[in-house]
Amino acid sequence: MYRIRFHGRGGQGIKTAGRILGTAFFEEGFEVQDAPIYGAERRGAPMFAYVRAARAPIQERGVITHPDLVVVADETLVPVPAANLMLGVTADTVLLLNSRERPDTWRQRLNSGATVIALPVTGEITDRAALPHIGTRCAGAAARLLGVISRAALERALRTELRALGEAALTANLDEAFSAFDAMAAHEGVVHEGAAISARAYEAPDWTELPFEPARVAAPDIFAPATSVQVRTGLWRTMRPVIDYAHCHRCVWVCSTLCPDSAIHVRADGAPEIDYDHCKGCLVCAAVCPPHAIQAVPEHEAAKIEAGGAG
Amino acid sequence: MNRQLLTGNAAAAWGARLAQVDYVPAFPITPQTEIIETLARWFEHGEMTGRLTMLESEHSMVTAAAAAAATGVRVFTATSSQGLLYAMEMIFTVPGWRAPFVLVNVSRGLASPITLESDHNDVLATRDSGFLQVHCATCQEVLDHVLLAYRIAEDSRVRLPVIVNLDGFTLSFTREPVELPATEAVQRFLPPFDPQNVRFRASKPVSQAVAVLAGSPYSYFRYETHLAAQQALAMLDEIAEQFFQTFGRRTGPLATYRSEDADMVFVMIGAGATKACEAADRLREAGVAAGVVRPRWLRPYPAAALRAALAGKKAVAVIDQDLSMGQGGVLHAELAAALYGMPNAPMLASIIGGLGGRNIPPEEFYDIAKRMLGFAARGETPPPQLLFTERELRQVRKLQAIAVVERKELGEKP
Repeated sequence: MYRIRFHGRGGQGIKTAGRILGTAFFEEGFEVQDAPIYGAERRGAPMFAYVRAARAPIQERGVITHPDLVVVADETLVPVPAANLMLGVTADTVLLLNSRERPDTWRQRLNSGATVIALPVTGEITDRAALPHIGTRCAGAAARLLGVISRAALERALRTELRALGEAALTANLDEAFSAFDAMAAHEGVVHEGAAISARAYEAPDWTELPFEPARVAAPDIFAPATSVQVRTGLWRTMRPVIDYAHCHRCVWVCSTLCPDSAIHVRADGAPEIDYDHCKGCLVCAAVCPPHAIQAVPEHEAAKIEAGGAG
Repeated sequence: MNRQLLTGNAAAAWGARLAQVDYVPAFPITPQTEIIETLARWFEHGEMTGRLTMLESEHSMVTAAAAAAATGVRVFTATSSQGLLYAMEMIFTVPGWRAPFVLVNVSRGLASPITLESDHNDVLATRDSGFLQVHCATCQEVLDHVLLAYRIAEDSRVRLPVIVNLDGFTLSFTREPVELPATEAVQRFLPPFDPQNVRFRASKPVSQAVAVLAGSPYSYFRYETHLAAQQALAMLDEIAEQFFQTFGRRTGPLATYRSEDADMVFVMIGAGATKACEAADRLREAGVAAGVVRPRWLRPYPAAALRAALAGKKAVAVIDQDLSMGQGGVLHAELAAALYGMPNAPMLASIIGGLGGRNIPPEEFYDIAKRMLGFAARGETPPPQLLFTERELRQVRKLQAIAVVERKELGEKP
């Protein structure tokens, strides 16, 4: 059985990537199980999707703890504990990172025996309204690494899964998926089907008996106020809204009221200020700003500018 | 053959579509929302005729479903978890109206603490309501059992509402290959609803489900509802056979997997049971004769079939994805009721696992099987066990350590 996990952020098309790969497997005659896993979060939150594919009906369920292929759509997830993307990664696992860095760099950083492959990030987005085709590219690349999915099956899967987007969007996605599929030609078939965990030799569960504890300990309460402030949801951001104060009209009731995370404060001088520790980069402010004074900058560029400025 | 990848939610919506339901009162809740979104789109595009109405709560939604069913039309609705509980007054009220409809419940753990992922405490809370309930293990079973549920609910011998249960996330958002039956085949299996005297009209008032202020008539009506549920039990095999003749897929009160010659049997309901089947395959490779018995229907309760399936086994481990506080596993108690006094009853152990979507990895199934056979060989029954590891306890201890610091900072005794 092939066991594949895609890690990304809400809004990057990761659920769709899983579906594209699942449908491509199905087109090739495999039995398939695919699912996204996410909680109550919104755009930018770490999430993942998984795909199982086999020649026989699949009875396994739930999170894949022994992956054959892990696809990381967003390299900024590597240090995020909640993303848990190294779960079950061994020397038998192939790790595909959508990254600007070289695979050697990742091999060193992760200190993992896994086969590490980088999918080069392509041209930056210049149109603010456009979104990069991250999920589609990852699906295309994954298909080639598996070596059992033909270009034709991948195309049929993309047409099935993206039909509702219209012909123009479909064509753009096909181009991106094929470019990633072609870029991985040297690694075709590098992923191998893993075996099920044997019932003869396995690590016994370290079960423990749950002790009784009084309600003052065992009730699910948080007594300190405003603890959610300590959750740095700013780490979820892929695009950063930046206020151009030269053009800002100080009509702060618009951006500060419509920010769904209350992450825009009003300074003493009456100007709005974005709290980047908590701004998730949803860009509602950029969309509603009457004088168009809020620009969206890719987070990795904004971080570079910041680092340069500090130095 | 039209075989597609569908989520459990999409399979539930296809069941309603193929049953050609007339009315869908709706209210959204995670992880059920995709069902009503799908149906709303089909109604809007004319792929389904009839009406979908958004109600202001699940309480109103279930009331509207039963009221519409009382006019003699085919009704479908769906909810989950807190929504099912919010409707609970009407869940217990409407079976007595004897107006049939189908409610899909997408199982999700209950508050508190509030959560999103699956366990069975929500649907088991409706156990004594008069709704029949069937538990699905695959997306295919979801579609199939929506159709089956209408056949049974609408049968003149039964006329009770049915809950079709699927696990949140594990099935609701998971795609699997599902065979979509042809409309003609569905129509053969499930003819249009013949409502007989279920025909409430505004112009012809009927007082349904009237008050009775004495124990004797009350007992009569309540016990008749019970007898109707038992009629359904007698029909399950017959309807399963017709289902097989029409669609070529087996169903019935129980699903058994390699249990006939098994020494050790896992008993589970819902999608988690397929993991037990996978574990049984691996255990067999390791020389342990394991099998699985999965009740599909819990109401009516197939006690005789369970007795037949489990007689003579060395050990049976009931894995409950639910918890009755102060008692233990609900399914375990149901099994004990079925097996008590049976001459060749197996050792029956209670395991609580998979609460709030907590994964049960293969290694736990393996160890349960081997330990249970050990206990059985010594003639012992182990005490109930929660599947919980040292590692999980360390996680909780870490959170508690934060709480201690928090209390210190607030100037309280830690």
